[in-house]
Amino acid sequence: MRSTEDALFDDLHPTQASTWEEGRPDLDLATKASIAATVLGVLVVALCLIRPSFASVLGAPGLAGVALLLIGGTIGWNRGVYVPSGAGIRNDGVFFGASYRPSPATLALTLPFCGLYTVLWWSNYGTGMVFLGIPTAAAGLWAYGHAQTVRYAGSVALLLLAAWMWFGDYTPSSLDSVNPLKGGIALVDPLAMALRGSSADKWFFYTVAYTTGVSLMAVRMAFRYRHNRYHLARTASVVFWQASFGFVVPMLLSKMGQKEHYFSYFWPLKPEYLLPFNVVDNYWDGGTVARAMFLWGVMMSLVGVPVLTYLYGKRWYCSWVCGCGALAETVGDPWRQLSDKSERAWRVERWSIHGVLALIVGITVFLWTNEALGRPWMDHGRASGLFWDWYGFFIVAGFAGIVGTGFYPVLGSRIWCRFGCPQAAVLGILQRFFSRFRITTNGGQCISCGNCSTYCEMGIDVRAYAQRGDNIVRASCVGCGVCAAVCPRGVLKLENGAMGDRFEGADDPLGEMLRSLGIRPRTGDPGDR
Amino acid sequence: MHVVILGNGIAGITAARTLRKRDASVRITVVSGESDHHFSRPALMYVYMGHMRYRDTVPYEPGFWTKNRIELVRGWVVRIHADAHELEMDGGGRLAYDRLLIATGSVPNRFGWPGQDLDRVHGMYSVQDLLALERATPGIRTGVVVGGGLIGIELAEMLHSRGRHAILLVREDSYWRNVLPREESDMVNRAIRAHGIELRLSTELASIEDDGRGGAGAVQTATGDRIEAQFVGLTAGVRPNTTVVEASGIDIARGVRVDEQLRTSAPDVWAAGDCAHVHPSVGEPFLEQVWYTCRAQGEVAAENLLGGSRAYSRGIWFNSAKFLDIEYQVYGEIPNRPASGVKHLYWEHADGDKALRICTRDGRFIGLQTMGMRYRHRVCEAWIRDGISVDDAIAKLHLADFDPELYRRHAPAIRAGLKEVSA
Repeated sequence: MRSTEDALFDDLHPTQASTWEEGRPDLDLATKASIAATVLGVLVVALCLIRPSFASVLGAPGLAGVALLLIGGTIGWNRGVYVPSGAGIRNDGVFFGASYRPSPATLALTLPFCGLYTVLWWSNYGTGMVFLGIPTAAAGLWAYGHAQTVRYAGSVALLLLAAWMWFGDYTPSSLDSVNPLKGGIALVDPLAMALRGSSADKWFFYTVAYTTGVSLMAVRMAFRYRHNRYHLARTASVVFWQASFGFVVPMLLSKMGQKEHYFSYFWPLKPEYLLPFNVVDNYWDGGTVARAMFLWGVMMSLVGVPVLTYLYGKRWYCSWVCGCGALAETVGDPWRQLSDKSERAWRVERWSIHGVLALIVGITVFLWTNEALGRPWMDHGRASGLFWDWYGFFIVAGFAGIVGTGFYPVLGSRIWCRFGCPQAAVLGILQRFFSRFRITTNGGQCISCGNCSTYCEMGIDVRAYAQRGDNIVRASCVGCGVCAAVCPRGVLKLENGAMGDRFEGADDPLGEMLRSLGIRPRTGDPGDR
Repeated sequence: MHVVILGNGIAGITAARTLRKRDASVRITVVSGESDHHFSRPALMYVYMGHMRYRDTVPYEPGFWTKNRIELVRGWVVRIHADAHELEMDGGGRLAYDRLLIATGSVPNRFGWPGQDLDRVHGMYSVQDLLALERATPGIRTGVVVGGGLIGIELAEMLHSRGRHAILLVREDSYWRNVLPREESDMVNRAIRAHGIELRLSTELASIEDDGRGGAGAVQTATGDRIEAQFVGLTAGVRPNTTVVEASGIDIARGVRVDEQLRTSAPDVWAAGDCAHVHPSVGEPFLEQVWYTCRAQGEVAAENLLGGSRAYSRGIWFNSAKFLDIEYQVYGEIPNRPASGVKHLYWEHADGDKALRICTRDGRFIGLQTMGMRYRHRVCEAWIRDGISVDDAIAKLHLADFDPELYRRHAPAIRAGLKEVSA
């Protein structure tokens, strides 16, 4: 609902955007050259995707060249943008830029992400991805009030598809059988040979692209938050975990003839690490090392997660270790302010994220019951097939991939983490009721300005708590620390302390849970959410 | 009972919330001519700088008001008919009340400068001021901001963020010197200049020149300098907004005159926030025009509207601000000039952008002020209330540190480096 003032400011937005644009400082030559280098690097990759034969010509030296262009370009670009203005919070013009509201420019960014995830799962689900996945996402967004966005997305997608078929080596009839990432895969092939001793495939290409995206955008974070050691440390941490246990370590394991295992993911984010069709056939019967991998996962799910979350809150995982978190905190950071802060969104969130958790818990219990009874209902092949066809298609490919990442520029950077991730749901329940973590509000210093809520990627209305002097104890908080950083009055601080003083409901966790679910009524305090 | 609250700023809205919290049946109406909904006034600057949209400065969703049965009326009140218990609205309508709270806030000071009513000469207080600034922005190359206080530096930062040349005129010989001691004031002077904002100290505005079309074209300073400017910001403080009250026969001093229970001279009428001039039974009358005191007064007024008799007392002073990139917090007493019996201990980081000042009287800790560091409100307040010794406070300084995790801890360096200074 727009107020009179909202309408007046909305009308002024074009003036705001143009005056801001015209008032920006000029970039020096080195910065312009760096931008050109970055764009050139991206163009080479795009060219490889369109003409796979070009990638084969480039070979290893070409790949190294692309890497140098991207790394050097990104460093120079961010240096040129952030160093001259000095260290500090730099959110000037965030809401004036063209990419911060649904527009053709936003969608030029959205579609490559959606397209990548569609293409990645293409061979698994074929045209189903197009005829089921994308309309599902579109319908969801439409219902959510982004009809305009969907219309734009649709038309740009059609144009891109036409261009791709025109310029590429493909025809519509071969859509199901070709691999549209052929050129990208050929580009990273030399790296695959060196790391794991076998040719690249689409998942290798995806992991390289993912890790590159995280690392390059971490450079942006490093310049942007160079005055803030918390942000520097957590950014370095996600890059480390993504590059090592999310990429290099699994590849080396594979080279050594072991399973390509990802030690930084556990059930239920990676459900297959605890589902019998995979555990029994591939891990338990796969030798000592594979068995140790499985036990590591079980240990983390049952002991590691609760203990670390008790000590530090869910942030130890979500904004320090997790790969999805790594992408959100680096590549997704420019869109964090787009998350929906309304109470309605919070209601949707609670049903949605706990729904996915209930689903995966149900599947797990069902499959292990089936296993214990000697598989009376389905064998491993059928269980695996059904699981990947349904959970894999709708939740992993559709929710976490297409919507979760593809819609960063529409719904903010933590869509999957907030509305879908079952691991986040588990961590959140632990954080809410059994953790030392809280965001402390500094006495009466809050001026209700709203910077904290605006820049919360999880859509938490931080201000609602801070302006009452209450600490913030919320299941969804991933502890990124940006609310505390952008606060102009030094009001917020992420802390781990005694359970008793975290918030007023700490001594009545069950009552608090019932109230937060709407089962037991709130007290009627007009500050209550 | 029907309580009408005149003004939807922090004092008025805190009063409305407190009323509903204490009493489920009282009818509450909030009248505002400025905006449909309560918004955070200090956040307006972030709308101009593009950190937030206007809607993001609004702390409560529209449903909040219906859920808590707080009626919102949009419109200006022109007169209070205290005897009839009625408000006369612009346009002729009447609104009856049983009890009334005046929370009309303040207006920017204008000291009768020639040209102060030209186009593109504005304060930076209301939504209307911000809208006017937005509309003027395409034509601004240089903006002159008059006033070396909190709003002045914010307005200069705003203009600077949109690539406009900003010139800050400060009457004193250093920024906000009527509040800040010398060293902190110097630190802000340096920060202003380092950001590329032009700072002219010991400079007073004499007049504003017409550009020939009824708008600001240049300013003349008291020393005879002429500065071309397409926008002039008047930020030399604020005064209570008493326009409505003046026409209504309710006593006015520097603001709406109230006793310590925030009662005005008229029956069933209270006043709170920026507009209230408090005359306590003991001690000097005072105006308190910061966010926190308005919030506290709104709470006291609400309780007294419901029949209470609570006296307003602001408690131990605290405040905070952000000067460009330097955060500032103050707890307790920090006199800006030498004061009898008060000793100042000061530490400044080698970077020149972090500082801590402790004030003591008779060896007791009476106040703490930080630049570029965050300290804990509750801890500092308790130390002052308990009157702990300064040595004790310095020994326990790390307990008050509120900087983010992983930040370098300065307490040891502060303990080693605190030096006595004048002020």
